[in-house]
Amino acid sequence: MTTLLDLAPTDVAPDRAQVLRHLGIPSDAKVSERTEQVYRAAGELFASSVAPAGVLADVTVEEFDAVYRGEGRNQPETPVALIFPRAEHLALFAVTLGPRIGAALTGCFAAQDFALAYTLDAMASVAADTAADVTERRYEGALRARGWAATDGAALRYSPGYCGWDLTGQRRLFARLRPETIGLTLTDSYLMQPLKSVSGVMLAGPHAIHRFPPTYDFCERCETRTCRERLRAMAARRRGAA
Amino acid sequence: MTILTDISAAIMAGDDAGVSDRTRQAIAQRIPLKTILDEGLIAGMTVVGDRFRDHDIFLPDVLLAARAMYAGMDLLKPLLVGEGIPSAGTVVIGSVRGDLHDIGKNLVGIMLRGAGFDVIDLGHDVAPARMVETARDRGAAVIGMSALLTTTMPAMREVVELLKKERLDARVRTIVGGAPVTEAFARSIGADAYAFDAANAVDVVKELVGRR
Repeated sequence: MTTLLDLAPTDVAPDRAQVLRHLGIPSDAKVSERTEQVYRAAGELFASSVAPAGVLADVTVEEFDAVYRGEGRNQPETPVALIFPRAEHLALFAVTLGPRIGAALTGCFAAQDFALAYTLDAMASVAADTAADVTERRYEGALRARGWAATDGAALRYSPGYCGWDLTGQRRLFARLRPETIGLTLTDSYLMQPLKSVSGVMLAGPHAIHRFPPTYDFCERCETRTCRERLRAMAARRRGAA
Repeated sequence: MTILTDISAAIMAGDDAGVSDRTRQAIAQRIPLKTILDEGLIAGMTVVGDRFRDHDIFLPDVLLAARAMYAGMDLLKPLLVGEGIPSAGTVVIGSVRGDLHDIGKNLVGIMLRGAGFDVIDLGHDVAPARMVETARDRGAAVIGMSALLTTTMPAMREVVELLKKERLDARVRTIVGGAPVTEAFARSIGADAYAFDAANAVDVVKELVGRR
């Protein structure tokens, strides 16, 4: 089943602390008045430009296996390859903030308004991740509504380009998901347009299937470590539910 | 000279109009163009870069200063070109093939321009051959490569190897950066240098250009 997601701008409102972190400003730092002014201007531009949309499509393990194998360029061993065969539910997804954010960014750079451009970009990056987070929670909620015994389960997302899943995997993901319905397309270099978009797979199953040691070759080169953050968030949600 | 100090101060304050006015005044006073550039504009950006490095100010403040610097450069650049005064050097930058993340790379470009370099920004998803050809054809001293995805980092090695193959590696230095890139990785692919952030990239590029 393919579902178009009803995402409102308020659903993807970026968290200020995360935006500031993107800008390299520590949470305990004093923000200058000039930066506050730029932040407010970026917030207004963001609000007038964002048009979030999303799409989600259930797939079987076999269908995802074909998507995941892509063009055969994944790392030999990856967390996703271990997790998805053990998942109880799987869904491909894509979310986007729409084309106007990109146009606004281009306009800021063209006007050499770098501070505004970077602040808006940081907001949009956080918002795109927020859109994916919202989609993840809604997917989990929908599964529960469909009777999924999720007392010890969680849905987490994984994306091509990360954790050894090669970016070329986008081709089959797009062919199966058809996110053109929300205005999202793929370039010849496997990049999404509009830029502020996230795609991937939601894998739902017992908490245990999502845990993996960050000891793969590519983990050594990874400084984002978002897998750790997401696993911590999953554990926190689990504690909250208990 | 007070006017040069004023230009620097206006840059530090992110005051575009102030930089523009004072640069115009300095030009009218017939202060040598290179002096206005080095002791006014670049001196101001250097202090901004130092304060950024010391975590005394943050990215938006640096970017406001950069915009103010550009206001002065817009006035000065045509005159510098007219007098045949060379820039600090030419740097080709780009996010490597397959990588669409270019915000960090853009920041490096802004700060390099602020340090007096000519920057040719090839954008994102740049093929190795295009980087090398551009550096060769435009007489660049340095190629700066950025990657945010671990899966796109191998393209950096291709650029380094292509430079060697074309026997350009002695003339064109390479610097790599981006969230997943490390100094060890830079060494492993034979890149000349690694930078951990945009301010550091400026220092490293200055060093690479000086070493040629």
